[in-house]
Amino acid sequence: MLSESSSFLKGVMLGSIFCALITMLGHVRIGYGNRMFHHEHHHLQAPNKEDILKISENERMELSKSFRVYCIILVKPKDVSLWAAVKETWTKHCDKAEFFSSENVKVFESVNMETDDMWLMMRKAYKYAFDKYRDQYNWFFLARPSTFAIIENLKYFLLKKDPSQPFYLGHTVKSGDLEYVNVEGGIVLSIESMKRLNSLLSVPEKCPEQGGMIWKISEDKQLAVCLKYAGVFAENAEDSEGKDVFNTKSVGLFIKEAMTNQPNLVVQGCCSDMAVTFNGLTPNQMHVMMYGVYRLRAFGHIFNDALVFLPPNGSDND
Amino acid sequence: MSEIHFREMASKSWLNFLIFLCGSAIGFVLCSQLLSILLGEQGDTQPKILHNDPHAGHSDDNGQNHLEGQMNFNADASQHKDENTDIAENLYQKVKILCWVMTGPQNLEKKAKHVKATWAQRCNKVLFMSSEENKDFPAVGLKTREGRDQLYWKTIKAFHYVHDHYLEDADWFLKADDDTYVILDNLRWLLSKHNPEEPIYFGRRFKPYVKQGYMSGGAGYVLSKEALKRFVDAFKTEKCTHSSSIEDLALGRCMEIINVEAGDSRDTTGKETFHPFVPEHHLIKGYLPRTFWYWNYNYYPPVEMQNF
Repeated sequence: MLSESSSFLKGVMLGSIFCALITMLGHVRIGYGNRMFHHEHHHLQAPNKEDILKISENERMELSKSFRVYCIILVKPKDVSLWAAVKETWTKHCDKAEFFSSENVKVFESVNMETDDMWLMMRKAYKYAFDKYRDQYNWFFLARPSTFAIIENLKYFLLKKDPSQPFYLGHTVKSGDLEYVNVEGGIVLSIESMKRLNSLLSVPEKCPEQGGMIWKISEDKQLAVCLKYAGVFAENAEDSEGKDVFNTKSVGLFIKEAMTNQPNLVVQGCCSDMAVTFNGLTPNQMHVMMYGVYRLRAFGHIFNDALVFLPPNGSDND
Repeated sequence: MSEIHFREMASKSWLNFLIFLCGSAIGFVLCSQLLSILLGEQGDTQPKILHNDPHAGHSDDNGQNHLEGQMNFNADASQHKDENTDIAENLYQKVKILCWVMTGPQNLEKKAKHVKATWAQRCNKVLFMSSEENKDFPAVGLKTREGRDQLYWKTIKAFHYVHDHYLEDADWFLKADDDTYVILDNLRWLLSKHNPEEPIYFGRRFKPYVKQGYMSGGAGYVLSKEALKRFVDAFKTEKCTHSSSIEDLALGRCMEIINVEAGDSRDTTGKETFHPFVPEHHLIKGYLPRTFWYWNYNYYPPVEMQNF
């Protein structure tokens, strides 16, 4: 009896040690650690209002029209409730949004990627988007259905950035030597980056379909590796105060953290005023966000926006 | 003899090995679960409980979303440098609102604190009404007991307190719960079209029980100065008494007796501006079932939500 229980205990111990080892090896610590690594990241900032006002009114109109954002949302059948919410809410503000699914789902239209593997889905989606739309859109935004995005803020952020340059933006994370954009905060690629990516997709040595030997490497890391070979590097998007503009957490989580860590500066500690994305929302929360961002107003407060980005014609939204 | 012993030993060590494997599998699974909880992000949503009875309370969430720390949302003054608040400032001076928040000793730190740090800052004057005084918070002691059945008592005493100490400090007098969020700017816009000398009060109008309707307690309601005067007076002359413990209904009955009009608080497109539930409940089509009491209580017909 004693020897049995002791071997059981030995087994439990060995199992937990083994598990901890594997987790530590394969797991990247995302979270507060990021703030410390900031100085090693490439930062990209939002434009300054003063600079914008220097441009004439007409030019500004032309400028705001010149941004055409194509949204890629990678979905799986289990995401169907988030898919529905996202379809009805923020994706309507993209110049075009398409859903790329692992398999055909009866309820919604999607482009069938015919694979369950996220990296393969991502590759195929990027290839499809590039082949079909390279002449019509200059920015490509990829997201998961758990992400909420404010496309107008995305366009404002990209205002002074030339799409013929290789941009690869979002919420960056450092994993050893590799800096990559976390897919949960959304990934932005300029048309030039799309071009370079697509030329490499067919080169298996640089852009393998199966990265990682023992355990699977996440799709966002694989993308970064691929892009690196093409000379495209990840840059962290920030506002003029250094706050992240693409977020992998929800507003609620930010507030919770700000209240514990900086109780006197909840607003400063929380999030950027021109945030583009939040992640981890439930379908209902997406609707609440739409109401809060686009409809609810405090009477008597006037925000003199230098630019207005109008929604696409016939898109049936604000 | 030794052979049997050997076999026994062999089977025992085989058993031991099996148990060892089991143990390591269990250890692995437990550990991975533990690590995924520690390292993963916590989702936070719990759907709010629908009140089966319009006059039943929202059960106190037992620290479900218990937020720690004192907050200072007013630190946001520098953020919106391009924001023009002239009109809002103007209204702040023109339409003076005194807010009193219904709370209790056990909710000061849990709920009232957050009201104080956020929207209450935009009131011209704010008071926190509790059964017992708290000099540090600060909260006014109404010298009642706590509990749902005390709500009308607390309301009567709170309005009396406000009338006796602050009548001349404001034009309008708002009652809100410690789990209500009020957008004062929009309230001022609504009230700016009315005169505080009118006997009128506003809120989410319900139709049953009272001929002219009454205002939902949970959504908050606001009395004009004249309405407040008449309310306090009614208790002196016994036109109104503590007739029931159902706060909003009893207040609504009293308002009707003293000829204070139940106002229409809808916006220019006919949509309601006071809401008894959280935004999700009102925004999501079909969230509140068609059989829910709420649909029969609304005084005005609902206006369909447009798409975003």
